[in-house]
Amino acid sequence: MTTTTTPPAAPAKARRRPVSDWWNRLSRVQQWGVLIPLVALVYLLPVLNPPLITTQPGYDFPIAMFEVARYALVAIGLNIVVGQAGLLDLGYVGFFAIGAYVMALFTSPDSSLAKLPFLVVLPIAMVVTMIFGVILGTPTLRLRGDYLAIVTLGFGEIVRLLADNIDPLRGNRGFQGVGHPPGTKADGNPLFNNTDGIPWYWLCVTIIIVILFVVGNLERSRVGRAWVAIRDDEDAAEIMGVPTFKFKIWAFVGGAAVGGLSGALYAGQLGFVNNQKFDVVTSMLFLAAVILGGAGNKVGVLLGAIVVAYVPLRFQAIAEYKYLIFGLALIILMIFRPQGLLGARQRLLAYGRQAYQRLLGKGEQVSSDGSLVTDNPGEKA
Amino acid sequence: MTPDLSSLVLAQGGGSWITFDVNSFLNQFWDNTIDGLSYGSIYALVALGYTLVYGVLKLINFAHSEVFIYGAFATWFTFYGLGFRPGATPDLPIFELIGFLLLALIASMAVSGGTAVVLERVAYRPLRKRKAPRLVFLITAIGASFVLQQILFIWRGGNPENSIRLLRNDEVFTIFGGSVTIVTIITVVASILLMIGTDMFVNRTKFGRGIRAVAQDPDTATLMGVNKERVITLTFLIGGLLAGAAALFYMMKIPQGASYQGGFILGIKAFTAAVLGGIGNLRGALLGGLLLGVVENYGQSLFGGAWRDVVAFALLVLILMFRPTGILGESLGKARV
Repeated sequence: MTTTTTPPAAPAKARRRPVSDWWNRLSRVQQWGVLIPLVALVYLLPVLNPPLITTQPGYDFPIAMFEVARYALVAIGLNIVVGQAGLLDLGYVGFFAIGAYVMALFTSPDSSLAKLPFLVVLPIAMVVTMIFGVILGTPTLRLRGDYLAIVTLGFGEIVRLLADNIDPLRGNRGFQGVGHPPGTKADGNPLFNNTDGIPWYWLCVTIIIVILFVVGNLERSRVGRAWVAIRDDEDAAEIMGVPTFKFKIWAFVGGAAVGGLSGALYAGQLGFVNNQKFDVVTSMLFLAAVILGGAGNKVGVLLGAIVVAYVPLRFQAIAEYKYLIFGLALIILMIFRPQGLLGARQRLLAYGRQAYQRLLGKGEQVSSDGSLVTDNPGEKA
Repeated sequence: MTPDLSSLVLAQGGGSWITFDVNSFLNQFWDNTIDGLSYGSIYALVALGYTLVYGVLKLINFAHSEVFIYGAFATWFTFYGLGFRPGATPDLPIFELIGFLLLALIASMAVSGGTAVVLERVAYRPLRKRKAPRLVFLITAIGASFVLQQILFIWRGGNPENSIRLLRNDEVFTIFGGSVTIVTIITVVASILLMIGTDMFVNRTKFGRGIRAVAQDPDTATLMGVNKERVITLTFLIGGLLAGAAALFYMMKIPQGASYQGGFILGIKAFTAAVLGGIGNLRGALLGGLLLGVVENYGQSLFGGAWRDVVAFALLVLILMFRPTGILGESLGKARV
């Protein structure tokens, strides 16, 4: 497993995973040695504007990169709910919308509420979204599988329809002049504006890295292990003493917070919020990013988000057909790689590294069926 | 007053947040009930497709709304091909009218049924062969929905086809002061006949027994000599045929014509109806559809047209809170644990 810009890690030959084997054999220090230049490259991407990758002339490249980063953030958030806790959420766009609207309500001159700075509203947006996560989660998390899916779908639609119909939310007219982070350039213009995607991209990538750390640690914690247990078998988890309801709510709230955060960022960058961008199709695209990349695998969902967000922007020349191609790609990918581009694999979660070191004398070796794998059976201690 | 089914053209609420218009609710109670029943029976017909497929494959077939809208387009093109144009409703002799409607019904059902079967072959069967997990089916369904929608978009463009009407929406008689139109009568009666037919097909015939057997336990059913693949194709076909019939009624009823996105909101409503009744349960789909149609209309006259869809989804959340598996529970084969 490597970071965001990796090409799909040579999945052709089953069992042999050259990239991830190599990666897992490296020590932590060596991993950092690879990771830091890679992250630097990711940061430099919009400045370099590499010829083949660029979306120009159809679409401004830095802004396209921000879009991609925003999708990646959303995918990480949704992955908590769908990938880790196994709760099928089709209304994630609702949380995204709530984040965007909170940002708009508190910063836009079109709103009658108090004006606050962007950085103050950002946590407010997250808290409000989390509250909505509890409000939605408490009554509905008794439901299983598809029933949960349709209720969350309904929730997403209700949020959108409320934005349509409640007058203070201004429906189609929307909010102009939504706030942005502080900072000015040398010439006195604001650093974060609607036309320059680069600062937004950097901000978003930084947030993604922070959240990846948080989520990664969460994964290995008691909470993360409870989520995996619930995902794999809710009844068994309950019987083994996992308070499933509590941890499901946690997953919902955590996912909601990230969704609200990305919604708020989106509102800030665009500078305009109205009811048009929060339909169920967007929710489906979010979910598609997660499943496409490989639900439950952080790096996978990043990759999925990149595909979902980037491909339509890159191929503007065939804009008329982009969703057709996207749909076909989705079908074909699912037929040939049902586990997603990078599927989640079972592995030891807490103290995994030490355990693998002690048992196998090397880094983590993971298999799809969850057992420890050795190249040579005699090697086992 | 004609309710607007498409959320795309929802009017903006003016002035205050929510207004309770109890007067309009009481005055139009029977009108709304009757109109709601006719919408409800359209929902129920489409919901049957969701419920059948769900019962057999445990799959939310998101592309079913596109199966429906292909039927709507088939209806439109049949009328267009017969020489009718949008605008004035022609005065036709009764037999010709019935003939044309039947022709449109056959075309619509054939196109929808065909779409559903092709969809199953192209998108879902390869996944079944590979024993893909359920979520993958869902994503494929979303992808297929995109593809079907975009084919229509590329072919016909983004603007809806103006509706062609063969039937005038004249009042035939009134019940408790609620007016009953010819379209309402046809919709409700034909839908209920179709649903009774489907119910009998599933519960009385050999093929129906196959469907129920696969719904209950696919592996055991296969061991007992049921051709699972054929049953699945049949299930998609029935769902598609019913969606095609619903499409004709929908085209007779709604004010706006067929649009490439037009199936989406109706698809969600129909799915909501299926879940309300208990997905996997045929009679549940009927109950859920009618309930949804009626309550939605009440909500509309109480809160105003823009709140129609909100009421529908709020009803869904409310009912699932108290009955987590829908009103009748799920039981195409039997209740699952």
